[in-house]
Amino acid sequence: MNRNLIIGAVMSVFFVGLAALSFLWTPYDIETLDIPNRLLTPSWENLLGTDQFGRDILSMIMMGARTSIAVALVAVGIGMGLGVPLGLLAAARKGSLLDEVIMRGNDLVFAFPSLVIAILITAVFGASAVNAIIAIGIFNIPVFARLARGAALPLWERDFILAARVCGKSATRISVEHILPNITNLMIVQGTIQFSLGILAEAALSYIGLGAQPPTASWGRMLADAQTLVSIAPHTALVPGFAILLMVLGLNLLGDGLRDWLDPRIRVARV
Amino acid sequence: MSILDIRNLSLRIGTTDILHDVNLAVQHGEIVAITGESGSGKSMTALSVMGLLPRGAKPQGQIILGGTDILQTSEPDLCQMRGNTMGMVFQEPMTALNPVQTIGDQVAETILIHEKTSKAAAHAHAAQMLERVGLKVAPTRYPHELSGGQRQRVVIAMAIALRPKLLIADEPTTALDVTTQARILILLQDLVCDFEMGLLLITHDLAVVADVADQIVVMQKGRVVEAGPTPKLLAGMQHPYTKALFEASTHQVDLPGKTDVRTGSVQLLYAKHILRDYPLPRRTLFGPRPMFRAINDINFHIDHGERVGLVGESGCGKSTLTRAILGLEDVQGGEIRLDGEPVFTDHPNLAVRRKMQVVFQDPYGSFNPRHRVDRLITEPFHLLEKPPKGKAREAAISKALQDVGLAADDAGKYIHEFSGGQRQRLAIARALIIAPELIIFDEAVSALDVSVRAQVLDLIADLCRKRALAYLFISHDLSVVRSVTDRVMVMQAGRIVEQGETETVFTDPQHPYTQTLIAAAPQLPELPHAIETV
Amino acid sequence: MIRYALGRLTSLIISLFVASIVIFGVIEVIPGDPAAFMLGVNARPDTIAALRAEMGLDQPLITRYLSWVTGLLQGDFGQSWTYKTPVSELIADRIWVSLPLAIYALILSTLIAFPAGIYAASRRGGAGDITIMGATQLGVAIPNFWFAMILVLIFAINLRWFSAGGFPGWGDPFQAVKALTLPAIALALPQAAILARVMRSSLLDMLGEDFIRTARAKGLSARQALWRHAVRNALIPVLTIIGLQFSFLLAGGIIIEQVFFLPGLGRLIFQSISARDLIVVESVVMLLVFTVIVVNFLVDLAYAAVDPRLRTKA
Repeated sequence: MNRNLIIGAVMSVFFVGLAALSFLWTPYDIETLDIPNRLLTPSWENLLGTDQFGRDILSMIMMGARTSIAVALVAVGIGMGLGVPLGLLAAARKGSLLDEVIMRGNDLVFAFPSLVIAILITAVFGASAVNAIIAIGIFNIPVFARLARGAALPLWERDFILAARVCGKSATRISVEHILPNITNLMIVQGTIQFSLGILAEAALSYIGLGAQPPTASWGRMLADAQTLVSIAPHTALVPGFAILLMVLGLNLLGDGLRDWLDPRIRVARV
Repeated sequence: MSILDIRNLSLRIGTTDILHDVNLAVQHGEIVAITGESGSGKSMTALSVMGLLPRGAKPQGQIILGGTDILQTSEPDLCQMRGNTMGMVFQEPMTALNPVQTIGDQVAETILIHEKTSKAAAHAHAAQMLERVGLKVAPTRYPHELSGGQRQRVVIAMAIALRPKLLIADEPTTALDVTTQARILILLQDLVCDFEMGLLLITHDLAVVADVADQIVVMQKGRVVEAGPTPKLLAGMQHPYTKALFEASTHQVDLPGKTDVRTGSVQLLYAKHILRDYPLPRRTLFGPRPMFRAINDINFHIDHGERVGLVGESGCGKSTLTRAILGLEDVQGGEIRLDGEPVFTDHPNLAVRRKMQVVFQDPYGSFNPRHRVDRLITEPFHLLEKPPKGKAREAAISKALQDVGLAADDAGKYIHEFSGGQRQRLAIARALIIAPELIIFDEAVSALDVSVRAQVLDLIADLCRKRALAYLFISHDLSVVRSVTDRVMVMQAGRIVEQGETETVFTDPQHPYTQTLIAAAPQLPELPHAIETV
Repeated sequence: MIRYALGRLTSLIISLFVASIVIFGVIEVIPGDPAAFMLGVNARPDTIAALRAEMGLDQPLITRYLSWVTGLLQGDFGQSWTYKTPVSELIADRIWVSLPLAIYALILSTLIAFPAGIYAASRRGGAGDITIMGATQLGVAIPNFWFAMILVLIFAINLRWFSAGGFPGWGDPFQAVKALTLPAIALALPQAAILARVMRSSLLDMLGEDFIRTARAKGLSARQALWRHAVRNALIPVLTIIGLQFSFLLAGGIIIEQVFFLPGLGRLIFQSISARDLIVVESVVMLLVFTVIVVNFLVDLAYAAVDPRLRTKA
């Protein structure tokens, strides 16, 4: 067991735990405004203070963790669920028209940063957490497709794959039976990294108003609200920022730790 | 006085002992060969002399080169000596050169680092050196434009540019074809003579050792077990390990005669007029893609129970032919049939495939590291209409493992728990488990140490004794092919240039290429004494 | 080399073509009637009809697409519905904030990341390496817009070294660069952290290669081998990341512009989204994608300059 893995796992579990706890209990209800108690600094009543509407920031952070984790998790799910099969397919048919189409399609999506996809979607459908998920998810597809293809190609040159082909197994069957188990570690590690990037992307989108809409709490939204208050009530900006930072840091440490634990030769892509 | 004198060299890396009390000396104009199997410590001895040991290595003893003790020399002074008083050539020419620099620049760098000359003078000197090592291409070329043999010449030019006193060559010809190997060895001998330098040659190949070395040092598990002048050592080997090593190298397999002589029936495998082209990158933007003909009108057959060899150098089309026979790729012309049925069909024809299995070269890449042995060796069951299940499957696994000399309870292990030789046994078990008519051995013993290789070859002969086995044995190693086949085919540039009874072809080769191949292959001299004592 | 460049150019043109179809499709086909969409539910039918006529919506899709593309090629991006001015003028005003910001950030990021990555790799496992890797771990995790807010809090509000936002224009280049400095730092540092990590791991990969051992056997010191042989080879994967980063810096700039109230493309695009001015959104998105694709093309050319193997292969 290595240090990164443990610290990263503890930090990640902490935030996931906060999000899970918010389904059962939060210190205060975030939907009732309490204007007299606005912009309070942290105290025993409000551990992390209150915002400009007097809402308890700790409760907001807990509800926001839910949004962040849900958006990032589903987006990574979309990316992995579509990207990995596409990458495996492209590798199995290397050099074919299909491979070419998949890879050029990937290049094309890479030309649309998730923010630009979000802008396009929002311009037509309006802003929402679902649109943020779609924008981040679409951008994750080529990440996993390229990675899966890149990892699968050298495996296809290995003798054990030839041996399986000699045994009459189809490309699909070989991809599932032999290729997939050998790239799982890589996908888990990259998935953790994409998860953390998803948290950052969700925060950025909701900061500029293209993500979750009020009254849904989100960390990026909290930062947007805090922007004009940063000089009078710095804690309103510091708390959500640190929440994002620590969650992302935890996931990154977890990713690095998993890599060292599963297979130190894994190279993750971080863009 | 010796150029190099290694005294009581011991080496530890972490908590592992790598070398124990190694002693050896190299004189001017002398070739000293260190030989031994993998893990004997021969490469580490070489790296100790260069002062290029991996991190955490703790050497003890003395390495005296031209009066200085390498182990007591500071890193900056060692940098002064490397490339200047000692040079080194490595095994893998394909990766030993910087891919983004011209070969001329890389040779000139050796000169520029050590001597205060102008760039122009250094490049002129580099060009001279490239010519001296027999390279006939311009110094402005990049490594990827050169063949393996040419790249090895560049590495040699880099190492000898400043006429070092000592040249270390670590398996310099192992990655090369026999004909290229012969030319590189001649070049090295010539340079030793011309420059009066000492050559410390590290090689596992005893035939090469016997051919070129003045002194032989035999190492085993980090110790020198025997050393002496070549003729003396070959004539009277003292240490049992040396004897075993030489015996294994000249190992003659006791191959039983053909047992399955089905006359009148169809030939097991036949290939008629087969052609295989690969497209090359376009030369003009929209022009047609030029084609490379990897297999050019090949005709041959294998009878039931017949053991056929296929020899040829890298790039001759052996691998392409293997893939075509296995039905993994289609051919552009001609046909390959197994028991009368075509081997390639759009959807794999399982009935044909189950008559044929394959054993590959790399014992480390032949198995999926994520599966257990029982699953690995039963993969061919996919080809059967009714694969055995439950008890029958277990029995088949046990039998297959025992047939190749492994234990039945190895079935639950993962592949990383086995040595290279054991893995090749597993590969053979996998090939045999569905009792195919034909097995393709694709360089199946090339990656193994000599003693393990001898055991695997014996296993193959043993299996031939138990059952009628037909195989195609593909190898670049002529002596191995000679000992395990009835008939042999020689392949060059996509064509089979000669085929016939193995002994006839080896003793009386007709085609000039076969003659070159046989002449280039280094031979161990007859060792009556050694053979008698084992 | 020319063949390689031509090949990349072909794929550049194909990418641009497909990208334009995607953008056109999302903006002008998915909403059904873009004119009605832009004007909202309360619009009077004659206003909608007027806009339809102005946008040429009575034409078939193909004609509309072709006239849009030919317009783009001639620098005519159409007329903004809300601003009542040519979109090209709107963009021309703003691009001189967004593009310099992205380039400034890219330069900063590279200037920080290269030395940090090379230093960390050359001191692998040492105190310097551990410190730099720890810092990059933080840098990778920090949201750039939050980092921007912190920079404003420290350097603009407390220390008063910089103004908290706004852009004085390029009349005084020094003031202009100064106004872009905090935004560029906010954008560059997280990217620099990623780039430094890539540089380090790419260098470490190269240091394990055989040709480094060959160089050492020639008499190069470990440092000489690193600088003369490893760095140039390590650049190949690093270039890929730099190319990808440019698109992130350009897009990320849109967010950072919000923090610093910079009059760049970001402001334009958000105002247009809330005003439902699809013509502006369409053009700005096409421009962003165009820039990203062109930068990737330049990166491909840079590969060939670094790697001779690409010059001879297809």
